[in-house]
Amino acid sequence: MNVVVLIKQVPETTDVKIDRKTNTLVREGVSSIVNPFDMYALEQALRIRDQHGGKVTCISMGPPQAEAALRETLALGADEAILLSDQAFRGSDTLATSYTLAKAISKLSEFDIVICGKQAIDGDTAQVGPGVAEHLDIPHITYVSKVEEISDGHIRVRRMSEESYDVIMSPLPVLITVLKEIGEPRMPSIKGTLRARKARITVWTASDLEVDDEMVGLSGSPTQVVEIFSPEIRPGGEIIEGDSAQEKARNLLIRLKEDHLL
Amino acid sequence: MNYFLTEEQEIIKELSAKIADEKIAPRAAEFDESEEFPWDLIRVIADADLFAVWVPEEYGGLGGGVFEQCLVVEELSRACAAVAVSYAASGLGGFPILMFGTEEQKQKYMPEIASGSKLAAFALTEPDAGSDAGNIRTTAVRDGDFYVLNGTKQWITNGGEADIYVVFATVDPEKGQRGMTAFIVEKGTPGFDFGKKEKKMGIRASSTTELIFKDCRIPAENLLGREGKGFLIAMRTLDKTRPGVAAQAVGIAQGALDKAAEYASTRVQFGKRIGEFQAVEHMLADMATQVEAARSLVYSVARTIDAGEPNITKASSIAKLFASDVAMKVTCDAVQIFGGYGYMRDYPVEKMMRDAKITQIYEGTNQIQRSIIGSAVLKEAARRK
Repeated sequence: MNVVVLIKQVPETTDVKIDRKTNTLVREGVSSIVNPFDMYALEQALRIRDQHGGKVTCISMGPPQAEAALRETLALGADEAILLSDQAFRGSDTLATSYTLAKAISKLSEFDIVICGKQAIDGDTAQVGPGVAEHLDIPHITYVSKVEEISDGHIRVRRMSEESYDVIMSPLPVLITVLKEIGEPRMPSIKGTLRARKARITVWTASDLEVDDEMVGLSGSPTQVVEIFSPEIRPGGEIIEGDSAQEKARNLLIRLKEDHLL
Repeated sequence: MNYFLTEEQEIIKELSAKIADEKIAPRAAEFDESEEFPWDLIRVIADADLFAVWVPEEYGGLGGGVFEQCLVVEELSRACAAVAVSYAASGLGGFPILMFGTEEQKQKYMPEIASGSKLAAFALTEPDAGSDAGNIRTTAVRDGDFYVLNGTKQWITNGGEADIYVVFATVDPEKGQRGMTAFIVEKGTPGFDFGKKEKKMGIRASSTTELIFKDCRIPAENLLGREGKGFLIAMRTLDKTRPGVAAQAVGIAQGALDKAAEYASTRVQFGKRIGEFQAVEHMLADMATQVEAARSLVYSVARTIDAGEPNITKASSIAKLFASDVAMKVTCDAVQIFGGYGYMRDYPVEKMMRDAKITQIYEGTNQIQRSIIGSAVLKEAARRK
């Protein structure tokens, strides 16, 4: 089972500052970590490998410093790490990023499952995972809380929704995005960390990936951030109480009349 | 302070700290209350290779020494001394095998100790042989290719949980210390049982039990070193492991200092944070000074031992004595800074104070340490004459 994990390096804080002029995150003076949700993705990938064999490849797109995030994944047991880094990738939005990541994944000889965290804690868009799946033309399942089974070229997972979960079966290859319910990420080991420090990290540039220049970086990014603001907090809904459905309906009717809505 | 750690030592320290903060600290109070042996945390420590740090590479270790072990013990102790001692006691059981074992014994036991797949323990103390370790009554009688052990060991850390025990018995009670002999005994050997599990003041999640030997036959190849060398083996082992107790003390003290400093900078009385009152500020200053002095001493001694210095008894005792007294003082002061809250079990510092006490007692009480240090000082003076 060959598993690819997509890794993003993010600022180590949930209290990031915004540059009001460019409407982008201020990254200076903030140390970086692996996006916490990606750690769950890696944990899931390692468990699949431990159970089914194969290998785990981590891919990240970012500046050369993002190498540190990939070394962390190697310390935890990932077999290989690839950094996509090129000036041409600068300013990529989620569309350009998912295109570039998909190009990198298709360059790998084979893959069965791509795993992403449910979203990154800096942008919070949750778009890159599904975007990558679309570019690769493979199915995707978001918000996976448990991988139940992988066999005969299929995967069965639980997808969380607000009050329940769906059991979904998909053929491989597939892309899934995972929640923290997947399970606690493991700790690195000293031997793994020492190995990771010495490991060579493959770097792929725009020309290695044979990307269309118009689809990467700023030119491939139609997203315009017009404004950043905190949304208004909406009051929660109201539950109409009652001992029976009929009584609840009656109480609802009374309320609607009181508020002159009927 | 910069202690000029190597890259590998930095990794060991950082990983130990991460496990302490993320895995151990959130559960320290729970284990203290339940007195259950923290096996799942021991597994985390094992999977991170921390049991391997002091074991030579040829036996599956990382090739470090006492210093690396101290780094781990210190960090784990910040979060929970009971977990830390369960880790350290496996070293206490492992060091005599590494130092005095045959090649076969080392090949057999050290990789398991290094991987943490099995815990080790060190069984010296008996009801009538505490500080007077030469007075042990457990006997070992040679019978063909076997030794037959009879007697009871007391207060054995990791008792019942460890698989590998270094047990001290006498082959000739008439000979006193010179009859003492060390053996490796595996859990599950017929005639080897565990007695009472002690209820303790502190380090409550660690296991402390009796070991009971009733006509326990062990293969003669499990003899460690030679007959009559047991007392020497015990003393040489303790020389190497006392800095570990000292590191535990430094870790407990650092943990208490961190909590006290955090509390002093948030607790408001008379309209001010209590840390702004000089009475409290100066207490914190003294605590920080003592902890750093203890750490510097422990690191120096551990590095001296690892450098191969032959005579380490005095230095090792000095580190243990000083650091454990610091831990007691600093944890008491931390409770004092927390005031009434400090006395409550909902807050972490009273546990640290209970845990600190044992560092003044085990692996030789501080009175015994003073005797060792004092007699070494007098011997040095006599030599100068």
